Amino acid sequence: MVTEYVLRKLEEILGAANVYASPAQVKAYECDGYVAFKSLPGAVVFPESTEDVSRILKLLSEERVPYVARGAGTGLTGGATPTRGDVVISLAKMDRLLSLDLDNHRAVVQPGFVNLELTKRVSGRSFYYAPDPSSQSVCTIGGNFAENAGGSHCLKYGVTTNHVTAATVVLPDGEIVELGSSFGDADGLDLLGLFVGSEGTLGIATEITVKILKKPQAVQTIMALFDRVEDASASVSGFIAEGIIPAACEMMDQLAMQAVDKSRYHVGYPSDVEAVLIVEVDGLEASVRALSQRVMDVCLKNGVREVRSAKSEEERALWWSSRKMAFPAIGRISPDYMVQDGVIPRSRLADVLKRIESISQTSGLRIANVFHAGDGNLHPLICYDSKKGETEIAQDVGRQILELCVDVGGSITGEHGVGIEKIVEMQYQFTQEELALQQAIRDQLDPKGLCNAGKLIPTPSRCMEMKGVAHPTVSSMEQILSASASVQTHIAR
Amino acid sequence: MSTQIEAMVRQTSFPFADAPDPAKFSVCVHCGFCLEVCPTYQEESNESHSPRGRVYLIKLASEGLIPLDEGVVSPVETCLDCRACESVCPSGVQVGALIEEARGQVYLARVENKKASGIQKLFLRGIFPYPARLHALGSLLRFYQRSGMQRIVRGTGLLRVLPDAMREMEGVMPEISAQRALTTLPERIPVAQPKRSVGLFTGCVMDVFFSQINEATARVLTKNHIEVHVPKRQLCCGALHVHAGDREQARQLAKTNIDVFLEEGVERIIINAAGCGAALKEYPELFKDDPVWHEKAVDFSARVRDISELLVEENFEKPKGRVERRVTYHDACHLCHAQGIRKEPRAILQSIPGVTLVPLPDSERCCGSAGIYNLTHPEMAGNLLERKMDDLPETIDAVVMGNPGCMLQLRLGVKKRQQDLDVLHTVELLDASYQKEGVTYGN
Ligand SMILES: Cc1cc2nc3c(=O)[nH]c(=O)nc-3n(C[C@H](O)[C@H](O)[C@H](O)COP(=O)(O)OP(=O)(O)OC[C@H]3O[C@@H](n4cnc5c(N)ncnc54)[C@H](O)[C@@H]3O)c2cc1C
Ligand code: SF4
Ligand code: SF4
Repeated sequence: MVTEYVLRKLEEILGAANVYASPAQVKAYECDGYVAFKSLPGAVVFPESTEDVSRILKLLSEERVPYVARGAGTGLTGGATPTRGDVVISLAKMDRLLSLDLDNHRAVVQPGFVNLELTKRVSGRSFYYAPDPSSQSVCTIGGNFAENAGGSHCLKYGVTTNHVTAATVVLPDGEIVELGSSFGDADGLDLLGLFVGSEGTLGIATEITVKILKKPQAVQTIMALFDRVEDASASVSGFIAEGIIPAACEMMDQLAMQAVDKSRYHVGYPSDVEAVLIVEVDGLEASVRALSQRVMDVCLKNGVREVRSAKSEEERALWWSSRKMAFPAIGRISPDYMVQDGVIPRSRLADVLKRIESISQTSGLRIANVFHAGDGNLHPLICYDSKKGETEIAQDVGRQILELCVDVGGSITGEHGVGIEKIVEMQYQFTQEELALQQAIRDQLDPKGLCNAGKLIPTPSRCMEMKGVAHPTVSSMEQILSASASVQTHIAR
Repeated sequence: MSTQIEAMVRQTSFPFADAPDPAKFSVCVHCGFCLEVCPTYQEESNESHSPRGRVYLIKLASEGLIPLDEGVVSPVETCLDCRACESVCPSGVQVGALIEEARGQVYLARVENKKASGIQKLFLRGIFPYPARLHALGSLLRFYQRSGMQRIVRGTGLLRVLPDAMREMEGVMPEISAQRALTTLPERIPVAQPKRSVGLFTGCVMDVFFSQINEATARVLTKNHIEVHVPKRQLCCGALHVHAGDREQARQLAKTNIDVFLEEGVERIIINAAGCGAALKEYPELFKDDPVWHEKAVDFSARVRDISELLVEENFEKPKGRVERRVTYHDACHLCHAQGIRKEPRAILQSIPGVTLVPLPDSERCCGSAGIYNLTHPEMAGNLLERKMDDLPETIDAVVMGNPGCMLQLRLGVKKRQQDLDVLHTVELLDASYQKEGVTYGN
């Protein structure tokens, strides 16, 4: 509970202007990009420094008030959504670039610094920041750190964890620690690795050191239109079999193409192709020309209808916008959508897409597919209408798809995290022992269970509850969360 | 209770007619892609003052989940209605229209509580709808400037006793035009072998403060063999009323304008003020629930063109007179975001011999003028103006744009910083170039 005393203390630490407490002020913080679950924060606060964060966490820890960090709130799994009147710690005002070391390819940023902004700041000197989630124009590097965000180019360049070298983190009791090392591997256990991707459950990152890369000398972007999804999938396997590692390799299906063509990012895809691949190769001028020819050859071998490379930087930018804006463009064809984020072995692409299609037909909900084909990271976009009471069906469809991913040897999340959304599926993916181990590590760092509690790892109590429900619905989710809340407070005492 | 039944028994918090349209907010998928372009979010980092937050709160109020109190009013009123969010939104959410509809509800709720603020009422109901009064106000201001009163008032600090908003306005006031173009221009300006006939919409702020730009617009049109009509019964476009939520008054003004211009039988209706242009193009929004007027409004709006848009569409005559200037171009929100006009003014400027166009970083970010926003929210407006002034390249001698509100705002900026910089409208430069080679109409 955020008591009057806690509010007064927060105001003492941050100043009244940086503490929102009235329902009118905090209402907009009741969810992130995942809208199927909402709950009102107890307060929203805006720290401006590492010390601010440390003092807040000390206070909240002493007073046993739960809290959750928030960057831009673009998360797709409810990671930044409060679940039990938590204090939302918005890092939006900690948005400075702290230092830039171009000679050594390093930048240090505050967590609220926006991903794309970093590339903008260094692009004049031919540098860029590689991890490029589709939300890069808004999401924060702190949010990327917490979700271990990926992007279109992570096929060749890796995900966030491959680009973070050090971080200042405030632990749940308020202690400030430095993890990793700007250069070289830090000795001992890889604690930084543990924190990246822990979804804000182990502490709050307040300074992040990342690598910045020199832009490749040349880039070619290729668009390939296929009559059949199978042929597109076969091409993706074909690239890898040929030993080509494209910088990016993305696929969209017809429904996704339709949606994005209705938006401002209109490309004009033919209405009768089943799939489009956007493939990018980069490197030295000469090798890029050869590589892009090989990519086109593989497509031709697999029955592509039309394949060509971008004629200008403008065209290339449009193709990328069309891919990156595809999720929200679904709003053009459906009142609501839910994005899934499963990973499968690349070789199973065609097969899994077929099975998703049949799940779509059985459920009666349309499913668009937009995804990082190169890494087998699927993003089925489940279209539904909450006003017609289809939310629960959509959640069920999402669960079926994730289980399918696990069944073929993959996992329930490639880059969006578990959050609230996939907490049930965690038990499909992991055994009780594996989950208990994860929980034990978490308990060490956050013994009071206050730091983004109710996310990522299902508690034993919840496992029992879960068995009782066939599929989690919004209301049962609420019960589960409140049940585990009482258990947690019980444990905490 | 199931959520559906609950929804049925809930009362909306927008009880008046013409409420925010559910079809508009249900398009928002809550992705947040609009956050970073929103000037108020950039300044405050407050989700409630971001496009996503605003749309969400409007939705909740519409569904009766939150009351029509500060939690909705403040987000809706702090919005600049700059539409930067619409330019990026992949889902096509019409944030501006939603904000305007929500302001309509706030306005009506206040009228019911008899709380419409004095300055808003004075301007919106008492002055703008009446050309004569507007003119009288213009004359009064001119007298005030010419008589030396202005210096006295400024010198003695008398101004400090004026209400805050008026004081701000006093600061932005340039010289008032001696005569409005609506009065001085002939009702019809014929040209030999006309390519087209257009009606010139002279606007209020434009005509009171910058009537020379209206005259330049008429000259530029006739130079391009376009016959110009200046219907004398035209009224204020109603944009400021829509922004402030006074939709009924806006509808009255719109009806007159629609009739006047349609009766005139012109093929195009030309406007050189971005804010008015956007409002004229959006007249159909005001008549959603009135099929007869809606149809007329659609006919009217289809003919509206910004001056730069028309010139490019008509393949304007390339100017030959040299105008030696280094300029930068500021994208007025209601040109770039609301009307999608970006290339046309630049094409015009680049066609002028001697003009060098220097890029303005983040040129599409609002300057803080935003209708009467600079009067109602001086602090936010001031911050945005400072940022705009900081962005202006050092080497220029003029900053060019297509909206009188922005021109007033930037003049304030120039004045505050005592910079030696002209604030011009795109057509002024084109006109200057044409002038150098001889013109067909006017001085
Ligand atoms: C349309 C769309 C497309 C997307 N595409 C991609 C994509 O291609 N790849 C991808 O990986 N993701 C994608 N995402 C998901 C999302 O953008 C990422 O998860 C992103 O990293 C979230 O950043 P954020 O700043 O919005 O964080 P938030 O949503 O605010 O927070 C995310 C999580 O991080 C925690 N957190 C935030 N800041 C900190 C901090 N400083 N310290 C500790 N914990 C913190 C929060 O508690 C929360 O659990 C997409 C989202 C949308 C809406
Ligand atoms: S308004 Fe558009 S960009 Fe903003 S959150 Fe909604 S859908 Fe996304
Ligand atoms: S119109 Fe402008 S100020 Fe208003 S929400 Fe959109 S971007 Fe923000």
